[in-house]
Amino acid sequence: MTGTRETLRLLDVTVAAGDGWIGEIPAGGRLRIVDLHGNQAVDTLIYDARDTANRYSAVDTVRAQGAVYLTTGSVLRSVRHDPLATIVDDTCGRHDTLGGACAKESNVVRYGEHTRHQHACRATFLRYAVTYGLDKRDLTHNINFFMNVPVTPDGGLTFADGVSAPGKHVELRAERDILVLISNCPQLNNPCNGYDPTPVRLLGWAR
Amino acid sequence: MTEGYRHDVPGGAAWSLTLRRGSTLRLEALGTDAVASMLLFAAANPGERLNVPDTLKAQMSARITPPMVLMSDLGRALASVTGSSLDWHDAITGHSIDADLDRFGPSDYGRDRNGWRRSARSLLLDELYVHGLGERDLHACVNFFAKVAPASGERAALAYAPGHAGTGDWVRLRAELDLLVVLATAPHPLDPAPHWDPAPVRADVAAGEPGPIPADDPSMTFRAESARALAAAERSLL
Repeated sequence: MTGTRETLRLLDVTVAAGDGWIGEIPAGGRLRIVDLHGNQAVDTLIYDARDTANRYSAVDTVRAQGAVYLTTGSVLRSVRHDPLATIVDDTCGRHDTLGGACAKESNVVRYGEHTRHQHACRATFLRYAVTYGLDKRDLTHNINFFMNVPVTPDGGLTFADGVSAPGKHVELRAERDILVLISNCPQLNNPCNGYDPTPVRLLGWAR
Repeated sequence: MTEGYRHDVPGGAAWSLTLRRGSTLRLEALGTDAVASMLLFAAANPGERLNVPDTLKAQMSARITPPMVLMSDLGRALASVTGSSLDWHDAITGHSIDADLDRFGPSDYGRDRNGWRRSARSLLLDELYVHGLGERDLHACVNFFAKVAPASGERAALAYAPGHAGTGDWVRLRAELDLLVVLATAPHPLDPAPHWDPAPVRADVAAGEPGPIPADDPSMTFRAESARALAAAERSLL
């Protein structure tokens, strides 16, 4: 058999600025996240859909690949070191997994009291997580797709303007049945999304 | 006021302690390349725990060094790093896992008795179970005494620094809330040493005054973010 393989379109949704999404991708399936307007940070958590205690681990992933940034070929590992997904396509170039997700509480620490009641990723995570029976104990350190967090050899860490651009995408292949939880970051206080949260598009295929 | 106490944690072991607000915990390496992989929880609510990304990004650092504040996921200071002989403690590469021990060959209690080789993950989990916690409570630890530095370059490749900590190196923490501290002394997961020889770590716990942190305390003056996390810890106790 030759020619392109037919694939089943599973998913085509647009996640509004500051909103979230949760859903399952079957083993072998693919999820593409499209940065529609550029400079958006897409905070993402991944769980083994059959056992959510087996979930994405930023530190295990960083250690296993021996590098801080994620890009094509990066294997996203769980706390049990199982491959949850692999980045199979990346037109952006690099993605952060050290910076974590914004929260009302961390916004106050970082920017001051006036940010306490702004929308923040961890509230979005929780709002969608509870629909799958997950709670705060299940929130771990996430991936920030399209976000630029430069680290330096002397141990510095900063946030910088995005390295993404309109239409750039990243694509994951599920290595087992996975549950993906996304907060399309509403942050207004740092350049992770160019101070202008915008929608992203999620495309998914069964194989 | 009770006096402090000393406890030596053998290499390859786990330990937990409660640390009252204002008390200090001083850890000292009793050998080369000792590691204390540490988890921190607010004792009153273990759902509140150390958040490494919040800690690092708020203080613009990819390493833990004095006088940084270790922050919870609820924006409060859990502990301040009030001193250390080392300027770098790793918090971005996590604790060791069972697969890291494969190269040392099989090990079990029947064969090795208390020399049974176990990963930091296995040790931390057993210690968490004692407190009614478990796998969902595992979080990114601080690997005290270890250094893993990012290189400049496209991927920020990471390099473990062998020999970073030697006998006598130390770090001191001050509890800013009542804490549950859980730690393991298995070798760092990136330590390439061919033999299993984890160094012990000495813990000195000293009672301290739980009063307000002075305005000129180095952790208060380090960054506005550090001061705000300390203020949040303080305010929550009023």
